[in-house]
Amino acid sequence: MNLLIARMILQRMGIVLLTLLIVSFAVFAVTELLPGDVVEILLGQSATPEAVAGLRAAMHLDEPAVIRFVKWLGGLATGDLGISYVNKLGVAELIEGRLFNTLKLGGVTALFAVPLALGLGIMAAMFQGSVFDRVVSAATVTVISVPEFMVATAAVLIFAVYLKWLPALSLAGDVGSIGELLRNFAMPVITLTFVISAQMIRMTRASVIDTLNTPYCEMALLKGASRVRLVLVHALPNALGAIANAVALSLSYLLGGVIIVETIFNYPGVAKLMVDAVATRDLPLIQSCAMIFCFGFLMLIMIADIVAILANPRLRG
Amino acid sequence: MTPLASIRDLRIGAVTDAGREVEIIRGVSLDVAPGEVVALIGESGSGKTTIALSLMGYTRPGCRIESGAVLLDGTDVVGLSPRARAAIRGRTVAYVPQSAAAAFNPSKRLMDQVIEVARIHRLMPPEAARRKAVDLFRALALPDPDTIGDRYPHQVSGGQLQRLSAAMALIGDPRLIIFDEPTTALDVTTQIEVLRAFKSVIRGGAMAGVYVSHDLAVVAQIADRIVVLKDGEVQEEGTSDQIINAPAHPYTRELIAAFEPRSGAVTPGSDVEPAPVLEVRDLTAGYGGIGADGLPRVPVLRDVALRLLPGRNLGVIGESGSGKSTLARCIAGLLPPARGTISLAGRTLAPGTHGRSKDDLRRVQIVFQLADTALNPNRPVGRIVGRPVTFYHGLHGAELEARVDALLDMVRLPRAMKYRLPGELSGGQKQRVNLARALAAEPELILCDEVTSALDTVVAAAVLDLLRELQRELGLSYLFISHDLSTVEAICDDVMVMYQGETVERMAAARMRVGAEHPYSRLLISSVPRLDTGWLDGLEQDAELVAQFARR
Repeated sequence: MNLLIARMILQRMGIVLLTLLIVSFAVFAVTELLPGDVVEILLGQSATPEAVAGLRAAMHLDEPAVIRFVKWLGGLATGDLGISYVNKLGVAELIEGRLFNTLKLGGVTALFAVPLALGLGIMAAMFQGSVFDRVVSAATVTVISVPEFMVATAAVLIFAVYLKWLPALSLAGDVGSIGELLRNFAMPVITLTFVISAQMIRMTRASVIDTLNTPYCEMALLKGASRVRLVLVHALPNALGAIANAVALSLSYLLGGVIIVETIFNYPGVAKLMVDAVATRDLPLIQSCAMIFCFGFLMLIMIADIVAILANPRLRG
Repeated sequence: MTPLASIRDLRIGAVTDAGREVEIIRGVSLDVAPGEVVALIGESGSGKTTIALSLMGYTRPGCRIESGAVLLDGTDVVGLSPRARAAIRGRTVAYVPQSAAAAFNPSKRLMDQVIEVARIHRLMPPEAARRKAVDLFRALALPDPDTIGDRYPHQVSGGQLQRLSAAMALIGDPRLIIFDEPTTALDVTTQIEVLRAFKSVIRGGAMAGVYVSHDLAVVAQIADRIVVLKDGEVQEEGTSDQIINAPAHPYTRELIAAFEPRSGAVTPGSDVEPAPVLEVRDLTAGYGGIGADGLPRVPVLRDVALRLLPGRNLGVIGESGSGKSTLARCIAGLLPPARGTISLAGRTLAPGTHGRSKDDLRRVQIVFQLADTALNPNRPVGRIVGRPVTFYHGLHGAELEARVDALLDMVRLPRAMKYRLPGELSGGQKQRVNLARALAAEPELILCDEVTSALDTVVAAAVLDLLRELQRELGLSYLFISHDLSTVEAICDDVMVMYQGETVERMAAARMRVGAEHPYSRLLISSVPRLDTGWLDGLEQDAELVAQFARR
């Protein structure tokens, strides 16, 4: 039985590696196609053609794309992310701190949003059709329809400008105490929770209700089970696979999709770093960020798959 | 004696998908005495399950008890609070579901589900409940009674699950058990064992039972009294003997008549044997791709051969998993076989539909079991039937309309039906549309895959009559797949018995009940319930034979 699980997990990992390889190719190809040239940006418009050619050779940009791809891939595999074109710092060094910030923000948001969303989703399913359910459903639809920059801007206006409770900017660096951490993170976390919870609530509610409509839940009801028992003991374990996938998809957004939130709160995360890198045509940095986002996404999906396998005795073998 | 359960002038309303309110139970009254088994019998939609569930104070979503009383031990369960209602469920009255396979939670161990009633109502400590469950498993003749509870639902067979669901109902020592078509999903050889188990626990425990079924022959074995229902009203009520041997109501007579064996052979076999319309040789097929030995990884059919003469019908019988439907899929070209040939009127057909010409495709048509899933719910009947007319015969416009009208006439459907969607038709009407679609191609051979299994007895009999008439008019041949022997007997000339992907016996349909020679055929045929209250008790089957062939 455990052997079977191990095999399934190994299989998933193999698929992850293959996907990463394909993505690396795609990322490299797309960055190659980006308009503009880092050398021209670095040297400015008045540079002589000789100077441009010289710098290009010095940066190995005159080599064929295939060779540069293989070199870059080899570097990735050995942990060498390359050197930034723009400020000559190691890409790994540039990303390290930023990635930590992003993970910190994502982690705090997940800690807050996942239990909230699952709780609300399960409760809405439990009292399907009640006033509570209708309020939650209407609220989630509303939240999904409001773009996050609206939520973020509104949060700044209310909490920072009018109420002056929270700082408008969120600097990950100067955090001395828990209270300060809370104050610093409150607004980005609230905004992100709004964005990612709605989908999780809806998916949780839908999959629990789906399971509640099965004959085995009707059977449990006819055995005299209470509503709470019905949902928690019979419906939830069978809805877990679907819920895990919804959670993973929502959380993956916290890695790469937070650019708007990072920009509005001036939060130094990876997403912002990547957008800045696009502006300066800093290809190694863009490529590394893209790979990190992809890796994080695949990891989340894989974890969700494994949860689904463990929750299902038929797949467990 | 005061009745244990008593339903008084019960009216239940339901809201249809269209939002219209209809009354599905119209003033039903009935009594169940302690220790008595009352059967509720009727077609789908007659309200039998709805009435039975009302005894637990439960109505399915969308239904509502409008008026009337459901007295259980003198208490009206309709007026109870949800908490008080939950308290009687599983303890005073228990439920054995129609499909045990769907009624067990796939992610929980069987034992936990069986003893859940004891846990919910705090009847006894878990250890005692487990011991009691094991005793019940033993009484219900389940294999490995001590350990079977540790398994998950997908690890035991359908017949075992059905008996486990009986154990689940019995654990709380209820005074009334509701059996909701508990053997409908089972094979006949399995059904016998389950019926025997039910009968022994009811007798042993002096419990009362309400047995819901559409099958009179099954009900005759187990019930003391029978209540015949139609459209939410009681048609007739009486003891089992009285209902079966001296039915008074016309509808009951119709139900019983549908059971009587019909004249089978449509055409007398002539002396000169004509060339077969369909000939299958050494057919081996399965799923999962072809392995190293040239055979399918999951073989379903092994060296199957058959001959079907023009204008005659071949019945293929066997239990679930015997490969009947796979055979039809191979002949239709939906599943290319690994080995063997299929020839139509002497010409070998390509293995898959891609290799077959349009004319080859036209000559063999298949009619599937479930018209619900075989008909596109978003296309009106006229377009469903018209599509093959255009595809095979290139008809358009007025010609097409005329042909569709003719086809609807052929299957005895009013022409106005062509503007309706399948969802607006009854089960029997949908199956007629399904048939008209096959006829539209003007085939020589129709593969009927359990075409009457999902239909009510009376409706199924009418569809069989229609098939027979069409054969006379159009000179068709049918390959008739069914697990229901009386259906096959009613329409087929020859019968082929399949067991685990192999043909075990071929014989004339008329000789089926007396002339079967292979032990499996004999077991299968003797397992079909007869319309006789003493059949089950008088039935003796060779235990060795049962152990060898029945997958209980």
